[in-house]
Amino acid sequence: MNNEMAVIEMPNLALVMPEMFLLGMTCVLLVLDLFLNDRNRIITYLLAQLTLFGAVVITFSQMGGEAVTGFSGSFVRDSMGDILKIFIYVVTAIVFLYSRQYLQLRNMFRGEYYALGLFGVLGMMIMVSAHSFLTVYLGLELLSLSLYSMVALNRDSEASTEAAMKYFVLGAMASGMLLYGMSMIYGITGSLDIKEVGSYIANNGANNIILSFGLVFVVVGLAFKLGAVPFHMWVPDIYQGAQTPVTLYLGAAPKIAAFAMVMRLLVDGMEALYVDWQQMLTIMAVLSLALGNVVAIAQTNIKRMLAYSTISHVGFLLLGIIAAGPDGYSASMFYVLIYALMSTGAFGMIILLSRAGFEADTLDDFKGLNERSKWYAFIMLLIMFSMAGVPPTVGFFAKLWVLEAVLNVDMVWLAAVAVLFSVIGAYYYIRIVKLMYFDKAEDNSVIVADVDLKVVVSANGILMLVLGLFPGMLMAVCQQVLA
Amino acid sequence: MTFEKIIFYLFATILVLAAVRVITSRNPVHSALFLVLAFFSSSALWILIEAEFLAITLVLVYVGAVMVLFLFVVMMLNINVDVMREGFIKYLPIGVAVAIISAIEMGIVITGNFSGDKSPALVRKGADYSNTEAIGQVLYTEYLFAFEVAAVLLLVAIVAAISLTMRKRPNTRSQNPSSQVIVKKEDRLRVVKMDAEGKGS
Repeated sequence: MNNEMAVIEMPNLALVMPEMFLLGMTCVLLVLDLFLNDRNRIITYLLAQLTLFGAVVITFSQMGGEAVTGFSGSFVRDSMGDILKIFIYVVTAIVFLYSRQYLQLRNMFRGEYYALGLFGVLGMMIMVSAHSFLTVYLGLELLSLSLYSMVALNRDSEASTEAAMKYFVLGAMASGMLLYGMSMIYGITGSLDIKEVGSYIANNGANNIILSFGLVFVVVGLAFKLGAVPFHMWVPDIYQGAQTPVTLYLGAAPKIAAFAMVMRLLVDGMEALYVDWQQMLTIMAVLSLALGNVVAIAQTNIKRMLAYSTISHVGFLLLGIIAAGPDGYSASMFYVLIYALMSTGAFGMIILLSRAGFEADTLDDFKGLNERSKWYAFIMLLIMFSMAGVPPTVGFFAKLWVLEAVLNVDMVWLAAVAVLFSVIGAYYYIRIVKLMYFDKAEDNSVIVADVDLKVVVSANGILMLVLGLFPGMLMAVCQQVLA
Repeated sequence: MTFEKIIFYLFATILVLAAVRVITSRNPVHSALFLVLAFFSSSALWILIEAEFLAITLVLVYVGAVMVLFLFVVMMLNINVDVMREGFIKYLPIGVAVAIISAIEMGIVITGNFSGDKSPALVRKGADYSNTEAIGQVLYTEYLFAFEVAAVLLLVAIVAAISLTMRKRPNTRSQNPSSQVIVKKEDRLRVVKMDAEGKGS
């Protein structure tokens, strides 16, 4: 560097409008929350929803057109990022809506839940739009730090504190792994920019042992964050230990961000090392499908069962990425978006059936739901069928397209394994349906909930059916952005 | 061996010894002080590769601020070291095994592909070259986005720490300076008139 004055280029701030808006509003929310007493706390909640709505509007207005990078290659705005971001806002808005009444009834209705939730959304946005290793890492840390503290928010509960501690230690280790792998790759390629790393590997050959070394650590870090076997140990404990609204939050939108991270790092950055990471992902996908589906059968706690179900869904998500090519990636993207909606629906039902001083988190709590309310039993049926992949719900198409992509690259055995374990997995989803329709209710209390919760849970369940009848539109969007 | 190399090995040795003492020292306060020494030696190493800005920051921020807080916490917590040391003998075999395997792996890696001659030699800059200026030129331009995100990360850390530790206990005693200041003599002091006691009555 010489001593002349370098010309400073003004960064293109319009590019990060959604991020700036969200950050600004979150800071306003933080300050405003200080001046509210518990009776007016609802204003914080409404402001959080308004923030997410505003972010949807801004991102929507920017949509379309070519990918644009900014901030010296740290940031990229492209169609895939826009779609993923809009889904992240919408899913988070649903999560906030579901958790409002639950938190109010338990005197846990605090501004921090929403402030940290919004900071987490900001972290996810940064991960989705990352165009350099540094940005990926910082976005991930922003998300993780918010998640750790959200899990720990319920300080008086031993289970939550333990879950937060485990999450923090394992999460920090995973971040360390990821960072170590990134530093190896930086050492070889001399760049943090994802595109430059990609072109370096493509030009200089993939047969570099240090590159593979770095790749292994990056994949391990990603697997930890996704919760793929054998790096899944944290998932069940955290899902069960955290409060239901927090589990709801961390099970839905962060999966979309994790998908984006895999796309940015492995596909955009290291597609030339495809053969190497394909093998690693294949092992993890098969193990995730096997362990997730088999162990879920033995669970009696529905939150724990859904945690193992997440692990198996991550296996499916990885299948699409293993298949590679636009077909595989778009099938994966469709899968993760649908999974986020299904998972919010399932936890929404748990929240709906819970009331002050009572958690509907065991399978027995769903017994005879049909007698108590025919409508909500039907909604839960739709969600469970969608998770199991029963037509005509949308879960069927999500699985179908992933399998199709796998078959198109002639990995018949992998598709066969996936189908086999899905059939095993169908047992524990359909068991809930059996409990709801064919067992006697142990608890005949009327389901009491606010109107907004009832309406949105119903809409969430019906959406599984509607998207299942018309899956083409969302799929077309996924194919278009990844073409 | 050049003079520079001698200095490098001197500081590197102090650094390693201090780092070892951080984990072997029985007294947590001593550990913290050895950590200060380790930071100080590594900042000397940074000076040797002409990264003077980072070296000074390390001393100012870590030694000056972070370690002082660390010492406060260590002194206040009153950690019982003996409890933490229980099972040292029990875990020794597996610890030694892990250490040996790590050492072998490290040896394989260093003798194989990671040897130093593959990385370019350090370019020496002239005396008028300013390291601080070089960092300053990229920090707010090329790395602006990362810098801002890191700032938000710190904000989240503060929010999380406060929301996790601040709680209102019903019977906490606290001072309210403004009401202490406006208090009048009449509010607190009551003069009681009474007769002087007689001698031996």
